[in-house]
Amino acid sequence: MIDLKLGEGIELAINWLKANFTFLFDGISNGLTGVIEAFESILLLPPDLLMIVILVALAWWIAGRGVAIFTLVGLLVIDSMGFFDETMMTLALVVTSALVALVIGIPVGIWASRSNAVASIIRPILDFMQTMPAFVYLIPAVIFFELGKVPGAVATVIFSMPPAVRLTNLGIRQVHEEVVEAAQSFGSTDRQLLYKVQIPLALPTILAGVNQTIMLALSMVVIAAMIGAGGLGGEILRGITRLKIGLGFESGIAVVILAIFLDRITQALGAGSQNQ
Amino acid sequence: MAKVRVENLYKIFGTNPRRAIPMLEEGKSKNEILDEIGCTVAVNNANLEIELGEIFVVMGLSGSGKSTLLRCVNRLIEPTDGKVYLDDDAISVLDAGEEKLREIRRSKMSMVFQHFGLLPHRTVANNVAFGLEIQGEERETRRKKAYEVIETVGLKGYEEMMTGELSGGMQQRVGLARALATDPEILLMDEAFSALDPLIRTNMQDELLELQSKVQKTIIFITHDLDEALKLGDRIAIMNQNGEIEQVGTSEEILSDPASEYVEAFVENVDRSKVITATAIMFDHPERIVNPKDGPGVAIRRMRKWGVSHLAVTDSEGKFEGFISIDDAAELQRKDTRTLEQAISESDRTISPETPVADILPLVWNSNIPVAVVNEEHEMEGIVYRPSVIAEITGEELEEEEKLDEVEEPDPQVSEKEVDNDRS
Repeated sequence: MIDLKLGEGIELAINWLKANFTFLFDGISNGLTGVIEAFESILLLPPDLLMIVILVALAWWIAGRGVAIFTLVGLLVIDSMGFFDETMMTLALVVTSALVALVIGIPVGIWASRSNAVASIIRPILDFMQTMPAFVYLIPAVIFFELGKVPGAVATVIFSMPPAVRLTNLGIRQVHEEVVEAAQSFGSTDRQLLYKVQIPLALPTILAGVNQTIMLALSMVVIAAMIGAGGLGGEILRGITRLKIGLGFESGIAVVILAIFLDRITQALGAGSQNQ
Repeated sequence: MAKVRVENLYKIFGTNPRRAIPMLEEGKSKNEILDEIGCTVAVNNANLEIELGEIFVVMGLSGSGKSTLLRCVNRLIEPTDGKVYLDDDAISVLDAGEEKLREIRRSKMSMVFQHFGLLPHRTVANNVAFGLEIQGEERETRRKKAYEVIETVGLKGYEEMMTGELSGGMQQRVGLARALATDPEILLMDEAFSALDPLIRTNMQDELLELQSKVQKTIIFITHDLDEALKLGDRIAIMNQNGEIEQVGTSEEILSDPASEYVEAFVENVDRSKVITATAIMFDHPERIVNPKDGPGVAIRRMRKWGVSHLAVTDSEGKFEGFISIDDAAELQRKDTRTLEQAISESDRTISPETPVADILPLVWNSNIPVAVVNEEHEMEGIVYRPSVIAEITGEELEEEEKLDEVEEPDPQVSEKEVDNDRS
């Protein structure tokens, strides 16, 4: 058998990057830390009950009464279990990672929709990103960014980005050919075509991608607790390592509540854009 | 002055499509080229001159490249080779830079699409204003203009509705309004009415003609429907399956003087035999029909009078019973039978009034027995004879003679021949 020593090669490459691009990783690290901490301090600034009221109001405004009631009950349950701060920390990490993933993913998706060459190069990369077991990302993340929230966020960004790229690309490609031709026949520039026709018509699909990205980010943020990202994942990890069934389930339920909250709100955004 | 002049235009799909042009010049067919180099010829050396203010119809079957030809004019599809001139400009649209092309699309020509191509996330008014918005018009100006044009196409009151709430015909009015809103000189209409119900299509055709008498645009209209072409077109170009233009001319020229077999087949098949129905060629004179009680003498006399070998037999309520032939009638007379009942035959040779001539032909092809036109209640409406069907298919003017026949003396030639045939 030929031994490709693929593992060793990757290890070498990562060490080389680490040695030569410290400035880059430090920059990313500082930026992410800033954003995460900003979100955390905003979410943790008001008293718990006030924050709950704000989130319920947000849910009502975007997704209607049913989701608002669920949010109220859910957050009160979390608060009574004593996980409110951890939940907000997790939320801050999810929002930061998803935001970064979307800021990169949506433009890449638009780019892919305009060029078959780009699309065919990006596709295998996305496949790789999505199917590589999530834990594997934690290792290089730790090497580059050490322990803590930043490597957690980096791993989460990578893991949650593919749906944003894929669904943006798909949404724009699905816009009916004749509508695109119509816009061109009136003398649209590429930019006008994109902003006045393609993005508005692809919006429901793009928002479905946003929803998927946020849900994947939440699932990854919990796993990232293994490298010290903290939050609800940290509680779950403690439950596992100390075999505390109660603690594990309580923090697990908090994750589920947070997940449903995020899902319903982002879905309502998508549905809203469709009804317009 | 030609408003739009298309010269030696080729569109070939595939890799290195220019290779196909010399092959086309050698006279190779679309299929040969597809086999040899894998390229698909859509438009083959099109030359057209479209005059100011006319409705110019390009007609062909699906796959004939007519929509591609239209898209080459505003370069939604980039032609492989050729020239397109507007207003006898020195520069071909095809050589225009990106900026110049946008300018042409914004101010000179606009397009109406088969499936409307509307923006479903916008109201009717905002759809209609789209072209003006692209040009950077002020919101108020474009709104005012949009409302005006919407009234012109008969959609007043629907301005603030979403396009999805409208019927197909109304959506296409929005498409038409959008095209008119930028006040272009040239309208490109790609199968604009093909997706509509027949009745609505006819309405839209009438309205387009009425509108055209007011706005006087130069219209290039694509269709696969010959009737639509004949109705709308000041001039018609017919494209064949090889992407070549077979003939350009007025409707009369195309119908009466087809330039090739292809056009001839088109004109015959589509226009006559499939469109003309039994009602138009049947005879409904009461003396073409006998009652069983009339007896063989009456039947023979009438057959002689009309010069035919068969008459239809109906019962007292006018329901079709069958045919009586001159031989059988003569036989009955020899046996001195008073009624026709026992000699009635071929009671299943019936068709409905809507049967097109093309479907009647097989019935009369091998038989000189006529067919009966009956309604849903099986009541006799008329009788169709072979000569009328053949006259209709071949497009010869036998009709009028036959019609005269009804009131005047029978044509002795037909009568003898028919009777002879029957006896042999």
